[in-house]
Amino acid sequence: MATFLIKRLLQAIFVVIAITLLVSFAIRLTGDPAVTMFQGGGSMTEDDLARIRQALGVDKPFLEQYLTFLKGLVTLDLGRSFTGNAPVTGLIAQALPATLLLAFVSIAVSIVLSIPLGIKAATARGKWADQLIRILSLVGLSFPNFWLATMLVLLFSITLGLLPPSGMGGFSSYIMPAVTMGVILTATNVRLVRTSMLETLQSQYIMVARAKGLSESKVLYKHALRNCAIPLITYFGIQFGGLLGGIVVIERVFNWPGLGTLAFDAVGARDFPVLQGVITVLSLMIVGINLLVDIAYGLIDPRIRTE
Amino acid sequence: MNIPMDDRPVQARKPLLSVEGLSVEFGSSRVVDDLSFSVEAGKTVAIVGESGSGKSVTSLSTMRLADMMGANFASGRILFGDKDLLRASQKEMRSIRGKEIAMIFQEPMTSLNPVFTIGDQICEVLMLHEKMGKSAATVEAGRLLDMVRLPDSAELLTRYPHQLSGGMRQRVMIAMALACRPKLLIADEPTTALDVTIQAQILNIMRDLQKDLGMGMVFITHDMGVVAEMADHVVVMWKGKKVEEGPVKEIFANPQHPYTRTLLSSVPRLGSMTGEEFPKRMPLTVLQDGEPTVVGEERVQDTAKYDAKPLLSVKDLFVRFDIRKNLFGKATHRCSAVQKVSFDIHPGETLALVGESGSGKSTIGRTIQQLQSAMSGEIAFNGRTYSSMSAAERFRMRQQVQYIFQDPFASLDPRKTVGFSIAEPINTHGLISDRKAVRRRVDELLERVGLTSAYAERYPHEFSGGQRQRVCIARALASDPKLIIADEALSALDVSIQAQIINLFMDLQAERGLAYLFISHDMAVVEKMSHRVAVLYLGQIMEMGSRRQVFETPGHDYTRRLLSAVPVADPTAVRQTAMIEGEIPNPVRRVGDEPAILTHEEINPGHFVAKSA
Repeated sequence: MATFLIKRLLQAIFVVIAITLLVSFAIRLTGDPAVTMFQGGGSMTEDDLARIRQALGVDKPFLEQYLTFLKGLVTLDLGRSFTGNAPVTGLIAQALPATLLLAFVSIAVSIVLSIPLGIKAATARGKWADQLIRILSLVGLSFPNFWLATMLVLLFSITLGLLPPSGMGGFSSYIMPAVTMGVILTATNVRLVRTSMLETLQSQYIMVARAKGLSESKVLYKHALRNCAIPLITYFGIQFGGLLGGIVVIERVFNWPGLGTLAFDAVGARDFPVLQGVITVLSLMIVGINLLVDIAYGLIDPRIRTE
Repeated sequence: MNIPMDDRPVQARKPLLSVEGLSVEFGSSRVVDDLSFSVEAGKTVAIVGESGSGKSVTSLSTMRLADMMGANFASGRILFGDKDLLRASQKEMRSIRGKEIAMIFQEPMTSLNPVFTIGDQICEVLMLHEKMGKSAATVEAGRLLDMVRLPDSAELLTRYPHQLSGGMRQRVMIAMALACRPKLLIADEPTTALDVTIQAQILNIMRDLQKDLGMGMVFITHDMGVVAEMADHVVVMWKGKKVEEGPVKEIFANPQHPYTRTLLSSVPRLGSMTGEEFPKRMPLTVLQDGEPTVVGEERVQDTAKYDAKPLLSVKDLFVRFDIRKNLFGKATHRCSAVQKVSFDIHPGETLALVGESGSGKSTIGRTIQQLQSAMSGEIAFNGRTYSSMSAAERFRMRQQVQYIFQDPFASLDPRKTVGFSIAEPINTHGLISDRKAVRRRVDELLERVGLTSAYAERYPHEFSGGQRQRVCIARALASDPKLIIADEALSALDVSIQAQIINLFMDLQAERGLAYLFISHDMAVVEKMSHRVAVLYLGQIMEMGSRRQVFETPGHDYTRRLLSAVPVADPTAVRQTAMIEGEIPNPVRRVGDEPAILTHEEINPGHFVAKSA
């Protein structure tokens, strides 16, 4: 286990360096923050721009800037935002909970829906319940998330006036963003649960469990589900990365004050420190989730744990 | 005066289970047709038949587990006591399954749920049916493990299935099945997947426990040797129908139905070649127009050219696999799969490599075929060592040496016609360039292995298991090889098909002077077809010599153990299984703790036996 964790830690460091290096480099190719900052703000001399660059620290060679960033990362000081001068760590600390909350509510919605539905579809294979679940899943898969979000807003906020159209507030403000994310996740997950359940139900030990006289619910939810869990958790882990990407879009539509909104604005303003900070946090989260997935493997499957 | 016609008490005559006119259908196909038999308490009924005979469906129907697979019971009754199981609800069945009727399945490796401990899985039954608490159930589970002669039961309860060998898992399955002292035990091929020495032990345990508990037993198997050892009464099934039934000695001594006669005549029997210098191609009994007919000729297989120089020569071969590595990628645990193995194969000769799981027999075959690289040692083909060949020459070698695998279905590409598969070696090695000529060659090969050229356009799933293995043989012959490595090539086939394929192998050998490296665990088949035999155990040769030397005057204890463990297809034979105990050790060991390498002694000309270390 110790070996495993050390390996994973080294891997995480490598991943974060590779991603931030790539992102920091790429964003610097897209434009000059000094110019962006004062677009339309009167006439600027080349001297003014140079002074701004110096103040922002973007006049130094790229590698030096990057090393400053890495040094800051170790001391948890990610610098200050180019726009507004607020510390980046503070901005992230404000936005992170909103994003995490939305992500976890969406995943929870999808797990609660997709596991029973997937199992139902597997056990009723070929019957009407299976057909219905599969058709609904296909419909869910076919919605682009921003379109679904817009439609929900039109219906529930504009027409019916039941739910707030945007912003983060009480419980009701979570419903539409979580449903939008949840529906799309559920649509894929149902199919996954169904497929891996069908495969598990073919196993000899399921026949043995039935031959013991166990009830169907024990057979399905105790003996089969735990064996399905490995492919499911693997996929949920991969999905998390996609989910964070999807959240950027959803946060924009619902004006959700999360990391997605922060990153989106930072790209527009060429706000390098904020963008670097957000990307680092996101990649750490993905690495972290995958680590959790690996640990979960061991908890679920003794064959992995005892190796 | 009232003289009773039958003086047995009424109770004794009443069977425990009685199947009456059972027919089972899946969709429109009827897989069991009008089957009747009964089982008495304390007796064993063996249901025998080849694949597709409906024997497993019968057992699953009795448990009403066939329902979950979509079975439809067209007619009949299954009386268990006074209850008709076919009329029982699934809820009623759940109180019978595991409690009154228990079942053991074929694959011990997949029968236990991998994510729960052995203890949890046994306790589950006890807590369900006997309403025991967790701690009482654990104590009882430990007792059950002692009963199936598993050592260290308390510790074993906390282990997971993957930490146990196949034989141990099957004992756990038996313990689990017997947890509630069922009146009837259904065993579906319980030892088919096990090594012979382990099989012998499991059969012993089952026989003893049946006596102790007075259970009725339905024993489903395709192995006539196992039938002879286990059964009191035999039901022979063929294509879903019962063709014959009777007491075991009757069935073996005096089979009535043509199918039974055919089946029994194709069973390879250990000792059938005693006194013969060479293997013999034997005529086959096949069913022709419903009558057993003897076809083919008897011929002594004296094809081996011992005066010629060896075709293949393996010298001091070592193969190791790194199993576990530490943080820095250095191996800490290693499997010494092949240890200092040397042998020659002469043109036209069949050398058998026999051994149980982990003996390294397949690894040797794979190394010769260059599917696996050796750690050290030399392999020479036609006098030239692999190491002295260029890469192109080594590639050419694959034309000379062909491999036939155990599972013919898995070794044919399901999306290509068999014609394509057979032509592939010809095209790969550029043996024939003209497309029409390739096609002619494929047709020729198909006919040679007993199929017709029309089959070339078909796909693997359209064939039966035996036909698929014939296709694989045709493919192996396509590049006109000198040596064929047959790795358990007969193991997945029914006995009647097996007998045909053995003859095909022998005919091809006589025709083309082929040499075979015949890798097998089946001693009876090895005795039938090999010239020389090497017995392997944990990667080392224990004994090597002519077939006659090894089978008639075995010089090593392990060979004797192996021979005595083979079930004899003769119910009157005296069983001699006392010497069989113990597991096959795990070949994976710590680096630095390598097993000792044995030296060999020539006890007779050409007969080598390992000296105990």
